[in-house]
Amino acid sequence: MEYLELFFKSIFIDNMVFATFLGMCSYLAVSKKVSTAVGLGAAVIFVLLVTVPLNWLLDQYILKPGALSWLGEDFAEYDLSFLSFIMFIATIATMVQLVEIIVEKFSPSLYNSLGIFLPLIAVNCAILGGSLFMQSREIATLGLATVYGLGSGIGWFLAILAIAAIREKIRYSSVPAPLRGLGITFIITGLMAIGFMSFGGMLTGGDEETKDTPEVVAEVTSAEKNKDNKTKNLK
Amino acid sequence: MGLLSKKDSKLILDPLADNNPITIQVLGICSALAITAQLKASIVMSISVLFVMGVGNVVISLIRNIIPSKIRIIVQLTVVAALVIIVDLVLKAFAYELSKELSVFVGLIITNCIIMGRFEAFALGNGPWRSFLDGIGNAAGYGVILIIVGFFRELLGSGTLLGIKVLGDPIEKTGLYAIGYENNGFMLLSPMALIVVGLIIWVQRSRNKALIED
Repeated sequence: MEYLELFFKSIFIDNMVFATFLGMCSYLAVSKKVSTAVGLGAAVIFVLLVTVPLNWLLDQYILKPGALSWLGEDFAEYDLSFLSFIMFIATIATMVQLVEIIVEKFSPSLYNSLGIFLPLIAVNCAILGGSLFMQSREIATLGLATVYGLGSGIGWFLAILAIAAIREKIRYSSVPAPLRGLGITFIITGLMAIGFMSFGGMLTGGDEETKDTPEVVAEVTSAEKNKDNKTKNLK
Repeated sequence: MGLLSKKDSKLILDPLADNNPITIQVLGICSALAITAQLKASIVMSISVLFVMGVGNVVISLIRNIIPSKIRIIVQLTVVAALVIIVDLVLKAFAYELSKELSVFVGLIITNCIIMGRFEAFALGNGPWRSFLDGIGNAAGYGVILIIVGFFRELLGSGTLLGIKVLGDPIEKTGLYAIGYENNGFMLLSPMALIVVGLIIWVQRSRNKALIED
């Protein structure tokens, strides 16, 4: 149940594109045609599925405060978490390179459809973002980390697929000239994000679950501050 | 600008308007949108990117002849990651609250495409001084958009600027609130960032017809 909940939560509520704006650059650049969008989306799912659990292991056994205790008593107090950016990005870059080589060797047809997108992915913020959110949300087990990677990947896939389909159709509409292309894509994405916000209450029956995402938390705290001020003023 | 030749000053001024990294080159959008609910966060983010871009471009440009082209992406990522760790630690030391608020988005400067994009497109082929100017220029262009978006979102969303209540007090009904003005809480939610950037693009392209896409 926990797994299923995290899975749907990472697809809809904490959708990479609509809730946290990760992977926006490639989302905008590669969404002109549905077929290329599907290729990139599939590659993102795949890489997230591999790198999030891998970085979870790295975080758990090397980076966290006290994670090195398996090396012996002397290492129990080490805290290497300041190295996490560099370690995560190195893992991602190497994994992407490795995946590219393996796929090329064993499945040339898959390589032809995914191959050109793989190098792009190393610098896709959605991938590093997945690992960093995994770390900051303190996901507890390896299984959950895998599910989180898969769910986030699928969420990103859905988003790029939807916008690519809309962009193919919007060519036949008369958009004001200065908005054509990039401008209207931004505004549509904004509207889609508003739509996705309605998933917020899905898992908890309307409870305030969405407050997990960091920027929402920031807003909530400012809202709470206002509330505090209000109550203070009332007093 | 006596210090800079005409060509050099173009490097700085171009990205501010007609070749803006966000609205024209479509680079570095991810972080631009997520942290702009408050002006302060936008300013801190712009300064961080300015630092990373300026120094990173110089470093890459200095070692550009030694990097084997096959592994250049990993080398570039390592350079950026090291610089971002410095920024992150400095923020944690001197502005802890703010660094909590920016959370993972400081780390995401690493994969900000604007940085990799400038490394690839400029620093790998130009000397350190010109690369430095290019980095500063592009980071400034990025910062300008961030600050504009942050300005409007904070002003319209919570009626404050940098935390100062510029429109009066919503609870005691002073200033604008006395005549029935209400804050638009929707501006604080993330989708509005996208729409505000969309509108900026609209304004910019109406003013400069050459930028309109087919």
